[in-house]
Amino acid sequence: MYTYSEFDKAFLAERNAQFRAQVERRIDGSLTEEEFKPLRLMNGLYLQLHAYMLRVAIPYGTLRSAQMRQLALIAEKWDKGYGHFTTRQNIQYNWPTLRDVPDMLDALSEVEMHAIQTSGNTIRNVTADHFAGAAADEVGDPRPVAELLRQWSTDHPEFQFLPRKFKFAVIGAEADRAVIRAHDIGIQLVEKNGKRGYRVLVGGGLGRTPMIGKVIRDFLPEEDLLPFSEAIVSTYNILGRRDNKYKARIKITVHENGIETYKELTEARFAELRPEFEGVDQQILANIKSQFAAPAFRNATTEAYDAAYYSDPVFRAWADTNLSAHKAEGYAIVTISLKKHGETPGDATADQMRLMADLGEKYSHDDIRISHEQNVILPHVHKSDLPALHAALKTQGLATANIGLISDIIACPGMDYCALATARSIPVAQEIAQRFDALKMEHEIGPLKIKISGCINACGHHHVGHIGILGLDRAGVENYQITLGGDGTEEATIGQRTGPGFSYEEITNAIERIIKAYLAHRDSADETFLETYRRLGADPFKAALYPDKAEGKSNAA
Amino acid sequence: MPRPFTPKVVTANALLEGDVVYFTAADTWTRHLSEAEVLTDEADADLRLIDASRQQNQIVGAYLADVEATPEGPKPTHFREEFRRTGPSNYFHGKQAEL
Repeated sequence: MYTYSEFDKAFLAERNAQFRAQVERRIDGSLTEEEFKPLRLMNGLYLQLHAYMLRVAIPYGTLRSAQMRQLALIAEKWDKGYGHFTTRQNIQYNWPTLRDVPDMLDALSEVEMHAIQTSGNTIRNVTADHFAGAAADEVGDPRPVAELLRQWSTDHPEFQFLPRKFKFAVIGAEADRAVIRAHDIGIQLVEKNGKRGYRVLVGGGLGRTPMIGKVIRDFLPEEDLLPFSEAIVSTYNILGRRDNKYKARIKITVHENGIETYKELTEARFAELRPEFEGVDQQILANIKSQFAAPAFRNATTEAYDAAYYSDPVFRAWADTNLSAHKAEGYAIVTISLKKHGETPGDATADQMRLMADLGEKYSHDDIRISHEQNVILPHVHKSDLPALHAALKTQGLATANIGLISDIIACPGMDYCALATARSIPVAQEIAQRFDALKMEHEIGPLKIKISGCINACGHHHVGHIGILGLDRAGVENYQITLGGDGTEEATIGQRTGPGFSYEEITNAIERIIKAYLAHRDSADETFLETYRRLGADPFKAALYPDKAEGKSNAA
Repeated sequence: MPRPFTPKVVTANALLEGDVVYFTAADTWTRHLSEAEVLTDEADADLRLIDASRQQNQIVGAYLADVEATPEGPKPTHFREEFRRTGPSNYFHGKQAEL
């Protein structure tokens, strides 16, 4: 894993000292809020509904155990004993006070972490496939590329005041586990004729105007990544709209100008920039790559795993849902669910974080990941260790067997915390998870992704949920719109709205009606919700959601 | 006839703690909505917002929020202000736990 160089350490220490002085000047009155706000946002400090919120980047979702332990310490010392993992591989602290934030940032720097560029119109935390370096299907580990992009984009003088925020995501396999098609720039490691390169997508995004990213280069040679990225972003910096916040993201720039025009401009800029990159970036990348060498996997028997699998049904249920295929024989990728039924999606207490840190150190080569689906991953666990790992997870309520099922819900903080929200998300997620747990239907329903956002900005990715829920304020009352058929994978699709929304009291019943319609219409237990939706379209689900209307229709006919 | 004016309070977040505060008739800030000054006249409300906004060393982001006058004091008319007054619904944190 990447460790900071002397340059990184000095840079971070200086930034933290600057921010400490800025906080002091705000408190003593030398800075007005107007002057201070852009400074605090550059350092990840928001002011939310009930308190300040500090958003800490977890670059490409990767943590060492010592870092996870420090996140636990910060949660306990300066917050209310927990943290919230987000859909962009960040952790948010919901209750810091202004005076404490400089100390929190210093504590983060002790473990090579920061909150720089987690807000503002800059290049944000670079995210990656949470199975990076472990997945059986990958061409290469995307994290060295993500780290190179992090170093290039951090404090990049040209890109501190972009028209709007800007998000990169990187994957190393055909399977898209990082929603790259909904990012401003999506990068996929590919191989062509034995040579490594990148497929580059541009102009994806969710929010008010959801768009699927378009390919701007199908195969970019490895050494061209930074100049080409710089060409895309600098083209946007000039062409992007600054007159209207809602039309300022690159997805609108690409949409309004057309991908062909955008591509031409980018290529012209690239031709200018290319000679300026003389290979130093490739030396840096080589050094980063050497720090992401695969761990020494051991060759051992999996008997203990097999024995537990056949004798312990609880273990088996967990193994069936929470494990994924690892590239090394005898190993598994473990997803730890932060979605225990009735709990807040993505929240972990300090004790839970410490346990996950210990387990990551003991069983996963000191490697822990945070997924955009708000779960925690131990990427390299030998199968013989799984029974002991599972037993340990149970002690802290972390052994829920629901990955990819109806209760594995993405939910943004919504109006319980967020100043931008128009409705609550968390209690909706809690109630849906509890409902289907009580009905014991979860495993019968099978793979299903529900994603909930508490406003149109779509932090909860509702557009790409198989079932998406969007909370709005309709005449002073919370109202929830439903979309169906969304997909955040390599087959990215924007979900379609079903019709009028539902009240807070009605939304869980509405979801249950959709599920019952699915169970009634699927052609076998093997046909997933998304497959049934794609085969039949929205009509049977609309009929279940709006029975009065369907009745009216048939009466008229 | 002019449209009836919905009563208002001036609210903001405290500079240091970041929590929700309300402006009182004595030009001070309180954590209790019941102690807030209820403004029933539009011109007066605008003036009081200017007064409140001057206290940059104590608060951030002052604005006028709709309330309804009740015998127990002002009550929020919108659910957002109700959440600000109480706290999040997933944990017993914030004002509901502290006041």
